[in-house]
Amino acid sequence: MAINLKALTDKEARFVGGHRLCAGCNEGTIVRQVLLAASDYEVAVLNATGCLEVTTSVYPYSSWKVPWLHEAFENAAAAASGAEAAYKALKRFGELPADKKIKFIAFGGDGGTYDIGLQALSGALERGHSFLYVLLDNEAYMNTGIQRSSSTPPYAWTTTSPVGAAIPGKVQPKKNIVEIVAAHGVPYVATASPSHYIDLMNKVQKALSYEGPTFLAVYSNCNRGHRNPTELSIAVSRMAVETNYWPLYEIEQGKYKITYKPRQPKPIEEWLKMQGRFAHLLKPESKPLVEQLQKWIDEKWELLQKKEEFSKTL
Amino acid sequence: MSKILMGDIACALAAVDAGLKFYAGYPITPSSEIAEALSELLPKHKGIYLQMEDEIGSIMAAIGASYAGYPSMTATSGPGFSLMQEAIGYAAMAEIPVTIIDVMRAGPATGLATQIGEGDLMQAIWGTHGDHPVLVFSPGNVREFYIYTQKALFWAEKLRVPAVVLADEVIGHMKENVELPEPIKIPERRIPDVKPEQYLPYAAVDGDVVPLPPLGSGYLWHMTGSAHGEDGFPTIRPDRVKALLDRLISKTVKHHNELVEYEAYMLDDAEVLVVSFASMGRVSKGVVKELRDRGVKVGLLTPLTMWPFFAPELRAVVDKLNPKKIVVPEINYGQLRILVEWALRGTSVPVIGVNLVNGDLIPPEMIEEAILHG
Repeated sequence: MAINLKALTDKEARFVGGHRLCAGCNEGTIVRQVLLAASDYEVAVLNATGCLEVTTSVYPYSSWKVPWLHEAFENAAAAASGAEAAYKALKRFGELPADKKIKFIAFGGDGGTYDIGLQALSGALERGHSFLYVLLDNEAYMNTGIQRSSSTPPYAWTTTSPVGAAIPGKVQPKKNIVEIVAAHGVPYVATASPSHYIDLMNKVQKALSYEGPTFLAVYSNCNRGHRNPTELSIAVSRMAVETNYWPLYEIEQGKYKITYKPRQPKPIEEWLKMQGRFAHLLKPESKPLVEQLQKWIDEKWELLQKKEEFSKTL
Repeated sequence: MSKILMGDIACALAAVDAGLKFYAGYPITPSSEIAEALSELLPKHKGIYLQMEDEIGSIMAAIGASYAGYPSMTATSGPGFSLMQEAIGYAAMAEIPVTIIDVMRAGPATGLATQIGEGDLMQAIWGTHGDHPVLVFSPGNVREFYIYTQKALFWAEKLRVPAVVLADEVIGHMKENVELPEPIKIPERRIPDVKPEQYLPYAAVDGDVVPLPPLGSGYLWHMTGSAHGEDGFPTIRPDRVKALLDRLISKTVKHHNELVEYEAYMLDDAEVLVVSFASMGRVSKGVVKELRDRGVKVGLLTPLTMWPFFAPELRAVVDKLNPKKIVVPEINYGQLRILVEWALRGTSVPVIGVNLVNGDLIPPEMIEEAILHG
């Protein structure tokens, strides 16, 4: 079922250029990859309030060659629930042909997923609606001006976790959304990065092959908020994977599988130094903080490998 | 000392200068600068800044901190203000002071996130279910944003009611040279003068306000959003329910004269009266001044307190001037006009709305046209 890039090049792009995403923004790249991988299906997109929504739908233009519904910030998953339930009912009552195959794909940012939309997401996952939720994780409220979210990593600068004498940026850990979603017992949960696009598209196809809720957490560099040059945005995403900050793995029917293992994981400094939001961590006196981050990443990676090992015994 | 300040920053400074100790919020345009400024300012003033997971959490965290003894506020814009409505009623019922800054964008829904609207007026007054006391102030410039943030904090604490400041995107994002007045400090909370075992959390003192001890001071009490007796326990006894709601509603009514503020501009011999609020009040002022220069007899009333509404005061002005008409410019489809018509019920003065919701301020020419030929 692996992705055939050559075959996909003949498919029509259903997310097209001309949008107003910032230069270098990963979101456009990710959405193109997701919709391309979904080429075998008719798709309806649900889009929570956020950068993606704002920039792709400025009247009189649209980047979307699929039906597209914008909701409020907190309820893409709830709107997907209603749309999917109605679609199933239409099929059941013969209003739509029984062999009709529409896939519902919801896009939300980290604010709309980890924070304000978590309740709606949890409800939809628990009820078991058939849809793919794609999280575009740029680790802060970028659309409103870079405020911290519960996805912002420790020690990152944001406008509401300012770096100074009192705090070295955000002091709380990053919420583990993948485990939260997986704990609902849904059939397919995975992480991805636009830098590893074949992996990403394979995961989309796998997710869409399931009935029931599926979830894809995609790392999305925001050069405005992470403070890096626009041309490095994919490189930063790749480094997030190469340092094990953002490991690529999937949880398929409860079984963990790491889909990409860096041969020689790079130290976290390599990723930190690419981004201005961590500039204060490069000072010598911040060394303990960097060490702490490295420890946190190593422990998580260790645990993930153990989970993968354990999954093989299941 | 004068400073060049953005409206949202003036609001944050006002809160700190008044003695605010707690802010909980959630990012939303065009109010995010208030949160950003307070995330820096509050920790330097022994205060706490908490970023919450949404606006339901934001207002309830502010209410929780207020209950624990910290003067508190939150700030938002339309979509977030909608989410806060249930908690506004809760604060009114439980009598826990809280201040909400709503920097209005054009709605409904996400509407125009970065552009001006004045359509939250009715929601600020009537947004939560059931009859309830609430205070609504509306500044028309950066300096007034400073002043009325402090007045809202003051009166919320004084009367133990929710207070709303309705600014708008233009006021929030405009930078102007401001002479800041002496700050109005948040009053000390009235504490019970009875022993803990005699304390009844909802027994009013001086007819309206109930004393609230700080947490950890030895007093135990129930506070609730359900109908309750003086002891704070839920009740369905009709006499107790009536007494509670009568007292809640009377809080703002009794203090009408202290609460109601408005600006009267060039009213002498005015034949046409303009009534307008928030940024449109300021635009209207320019129109009135220019027309006066050209000899047109027109005057302006700008309410700064939107609720309680200045109905008796407006009525008195109209009775005195007997204007030919009243013109109400506002960036919505007639919310202030409804209040004006209600205040003037029984009179025959025509009330003409100047309404436009397109993301911009209403152009002065439209107001002038209504004054001269409407």
